[in-house]
Amino acid sequence: MSIWERMSKVDRRIIYLLLSLVVIIPIVFRIPSTIAVSESAQMAYDAVDRLPAGTPIIFSTDFDPASMPELRPMMTAVLRHAFKKKLKVIMMGHWPTGIPLSTIILEEVAQEFKAEYGVDYINIGYRPGAGLVMIQMGREIRSVFDIDIQGNPLDSLPMMRQVHNYSDIGLIACFEAGAMGDIWVIYAWGRFGVNIIMGTTAVVTPDAYPYLAARQIEGLIGGMAGAAAYEKLVEHPDKAMIRMSSQAWAHILIIVFIIIGNIGYFMMRRAERIKKRGTV
Amino acid sequence: MGQIIGVWIAAGLTLMIFSFLYKDNPFYKFAEHVYVGVSAAYTCFYTWDYFLMPKLINPLLQHHWLVIIPGIFGAMMLTRWFPRSAWVSRWPIAVSVGVASGLVVVQYMQGFVIPQIQNTLLPIAGPAVTFNNPITNLWNHPLNNLIIIVGTVTTLVYFYFSKKHKGFIGGTAKVGIIFIMVAFGASFGYTVMARISLLIGRIHFLINDWLLPLFRSLTH
Repeated sequence: MSIWERMSKVDRRIIYLLLSLVVIIPIVFRIPSTIAVSESAQMAYDAVDRLPAGTPIIFSTDFDPASMPELRPMMTAVLRHAFKKKLKVIMMGHWPTGIPLSTIILEEVAQEFKAEYGVDYINIGYRPGAGLVMIQMGREIRSVFDIDIQGNPLDSLPMMRQVHNYSDIGLIACFEAGAMGDIWVIYAWGRFGVNIIMGTTAVVTPDAYPYLAARQIEGLIGGMAGAAAYEKLVEHPDKAMIRMSSQAWAHILIIVFIIIGNIGYFMMRRAERIKKRGTV
Repeated sequence: MGQIIGVWIAAGLTLMIFSFLYKDNPFYKFAEHVYVGVSAAYTCFYTWDYFLMPKLINPLLQHHWLVIIPGIFGAMMLTRWFPRSAWVSRWPIAVSVGVASGLVVVQYMQGFVIPQIQNTLLPIAGPAVTFNNPITNLWNHPLNNLIIIVGTVTTLVYFYFSKKHKGFIGGTAKVGIIFIMVAFGASFGYTVMARISLLIGRIHFLINDWLLPLFRSLTH
């Protein structure tokens, strides 16, 4: 096997080993990395920051534990911002498997800010139907969420007494691992004109950019880089900022492998061409 | 204590799944089956607790008899299991398709198609009208509008199959392919980023939540 052939067919176990090393070393030795705040993350931050204290904000958990590494730090950072601004948090979700996770995140951050359940935040959980739920919430939230996750009627919770539909909501912050973000935009923004910011996994981010360009959403937090940027903006470095160093080194390694693979491929093609010319 | 057991189970299952990177093995299979089983049980619980109880059983117990109609439609769906009476399930499917189509057609036009078309109707020269953020002037670059317009038009031409892709149409379609490839590249790059994030998340968990506390408890 020639050197070029070896370069174009690197053993996958070598790739796994090197990738593991570039991921583990920055985490163990806490190697810092520079976080650049993207314009889309800044716009999301500004959208939350513009809201006056006491404004209700909906957090929609549209992900499950499989997307936790990206969306948990993101949701935590935005929740910190919301509680810092004294906004009234309404937690809900369209992915049933995400509800226990968002409950943990909400309780952790609420405890950090000594927020009181029913006064500063509530958790209304999940109802099936996605688009239909969004439309009904535009008329009356109680028509779908008559009780919260603990079984309390919404009217018994002080912060919900004046909140009935989207016209009482300042912003929807939806965290997306799939296509639910599109449904939020199409139904909640399209029909009711409610302001939305989106936090997405990196896979979903390219699909969400057209909404940002058309100003259908107010901001976009994309992947772990977006989460790290938001942590920087709220001045509370946490998991995303720690993990970004590993992310950066892993990307460099992948770029190096792409270059090596391409050099090997083109050199092999060249060698084959020369060989053919020789035989002719 | 409960948390420690939870962390050990999670760490063990993570390592079992990672073992597939070497080759398929019984530990990987075990973890995979546990995942499928737990997910199925969780879905059953949620279907009962969030669909059937609040939407059917509770209203019936409160004598809201109207929910019998969707309840019967739901039960009709179950006839798909029996070949002889499977045709009955077509009725509730017809209702779902009709309602969903009515909702989707109107809402997609209002919330997706029209705003996206509006955002493509831009002046060729001059700053982009979409953004006016002083943080970076990348979005405001005068070339942005031109790129969006050329990209949209050439990509649409690429998907126009009523004429052969020759001459002017062929050339325009080739430009469209370049834009499509750039979009694929961006999507692929983001996908790589997402997958690496997941790996980092798991390794971060293994080091910080499992190995470090274990090491500390062994050394103290």
